[in-house]
Amino acid sequence: MSAKPLSILVIDENHIRASIIETGLREAGHEHVTVLHEIVGLARQIEVIVPDVIVIDIENPNRDMMEHLFQLTRAVSRPIAMFVDRSDTASIEAAVEAGVSAYIVDGLKKERVKPILDMAVSRFNAFSRLQRELADAKSALEERKIIERAKGILMQMRQISEEEAFTMLRQTAMNEKKKLTDIAQSVVTAAGLLMR
Amino acid sequence: MKARDDLSPGGHAAGGAVAAPERVRSEGARVVRAGFIPLVDASVLIAAAEFGFAAREGIALDLVRDVSWANVRDRLAFRQFDVAHMLSPMPVAAALGLGSNPSPTITPFSLGRGGNAITLSTRLYARMQAEADLAGGETALANAEALAKVIVRMKRDGEALPTFGMTYPFSSHNYELRYWLAAGGIDPDTDVRLIVVPPPLTSDALAAGAIDGFCVGAPWNMVASERGVGRIVAAKQDLWPSAPEKVMATRPEWADSHPETLSRLIVALDAAARWCDQPENRDALADALADARYVAAPVDIIRRVLRGEFTVDPQGSQRVIDNYFIFHNNLANYPRPSKALWIYSQMIRWGQIGHSAEGERLASSAYRPDLYRAALGPLPDPADDRRIEGAVAGDTFIDGHVFDPSGIPAYVAGFPIRVADAAPLSRDDI
Repeated sequence: MSAKPLSILVIDENHIRASIIETGLREAGHEHVTVLHEIVGLARQIEVIVPDVIVIDIENPNRDMMEHLFQLTRAVSRPIAMFVDRSDTASIEAAVEAGVSAYIVDGLKKERVKPILDMAVSRFNAFSRLQRELADAKSALEERKIIERAKGILMQMRQISEEEAFTMLRQTAMNEKKKLTDIAQSVVTAAGLLMR
Repeated sequence: MKARDDLSPGGHAAGGAVAAPERVRSEGARVVRAGFIPLVDASVLIAAAEFGFAAREGIALDLVRDVSWANVRDRLAFRQFDVAHMLSPMPVAAALGLGSNPSPTITPFSLGRGGNAITLSTRLYARMQAEADLAGGETALANAEALAKVIVRMKRDGEALPTFGMTYPFSSHNYELRYWLAAGGIDPDTDVRLIVVPPPLTSDALAAGAIDGFCVGAPWNMVASERGVGRIVAAKQDLWPSAPEKVMATRPEWADSHPETLSRLIVALDAAARWCDQPENRDALADALADARYVAAPVDIIRRVLRGEFTVDPQGSQRVIDNYFIFHNNLANYPRPSKALWIYSQMIRWGQIGHSAEGERLASSAYRPDLYRAALGPLPDPADDRRIEGAVAGDTFIDGHVFDPSGIPAYVAGFPIRVADAAPLSRDDI
């Protein structure tokens, strides 16, 4: 187990996700981790860093540029795309699903690289989950704001109480088989058009 | 082969309804996931999905947009896609074990011809005009020769050599750009620098001065000339009109386990390709392509690209290229092995691989005319699968060379500009 420490390059335009992965790698005891957010000067960086493993998000259109780089130079000796063990379809699918890809110097032992890939996959997934939750929370907040505004408009125009305004919105939504927020949105839109 | 009967054109409409349930059981659901890159040459796949050609064959064609050819390759290899829109050299590269994830890939159907062009920055073109007295209407060859003169001067004056963008190491664009440069006397490996730029970023990169030119598919050349940053100096037709472009690729394992679905898909794509070639359908096609789900480019540019009406420079000079896109006519969908072998010859020419009999066999095996014929009937005659290319009037190479698939080493040796000693084919390159 006295193999030389792996040099890992993380390329991700998303700063937050990149730092989540970097932290994970460091926690797992990898000290030679470099993070790049943009592809400018990548060729030179790779020559300097000489990474054993490159982790890159697959939404990055510059993957084709890296393919060309590897074709041209032997800066990274014989990099191979993605996966250490082709027979391990479960982890391959997990990685593609998570949106992460890796280049690995040929000849590296599978046991050394697999944990890195697994960690990247789980952090990519955790990041997507986080983003989803954030988006959900945001839209819930937006919806609540719209309902509040619609209630306010109704209260003012019809001189009714807040509770009556809410009942009115809910009743209309039920009658028209629409979502409460959709009705609230149309009240807000209509008010914007009709008033002033 | 009872199922084959209802696949013959005209016969399947009645028979399909009866036979379908049985096939659904034997081959699984008929959803076909297809990866594509947002380019006009994905038209046949997009038309098949949008205008009912796939549905008519009982296929739900699920198109998935992607951002890089490396992704398309990997997601096909790892079964996220059943089929994919691919560069014609990609299955050949995979068969030869080139690239960083070579995995068995075949093409039973080409998606058409044309669509590429070479665009230079207006800055560089102005220097060519000054150096070689260009009036603007010169041929692609004259433009390449003018560029050669500029490069001679750049070298003499110690200037930085031009940088050109293309799309992928195993792309028609790489080989076409190199072919054009070399035809003009420019060595693509020592006289210029070639880099990869994702197609949608090409006109920005040109405007920013990060590159001095590029070879890429439609609509990106016209986008650059419309923006006033680029001058189109050569079209694919100028280099070799019947040069292969994109293909529909799949895994041999998927083709073997889904013969009926593949056959039906080929029938659907053939009908879609025929439809795409009808001038009266081009506006509807342009509307579909312009959609944000597909190419996401201005519809008027796509319309003109499909008609081959080019604004070649920022002054508004026009050039009309007949048959700039051929989606079906002249057997544009036939995966002729001589095309795979021509691609192989260019890989040898530029040092990506060395020549060998085994390499020839592997390269040729990536193109599967047998599957095309199984779906669409006995023509064309397999006797012409290894035909001589570039010898027919109207379909010649820009430099007048003729490609004979039976003499690849001599063909490659006949080019004055090439990589001298190509690395030999070795399986451990995989």
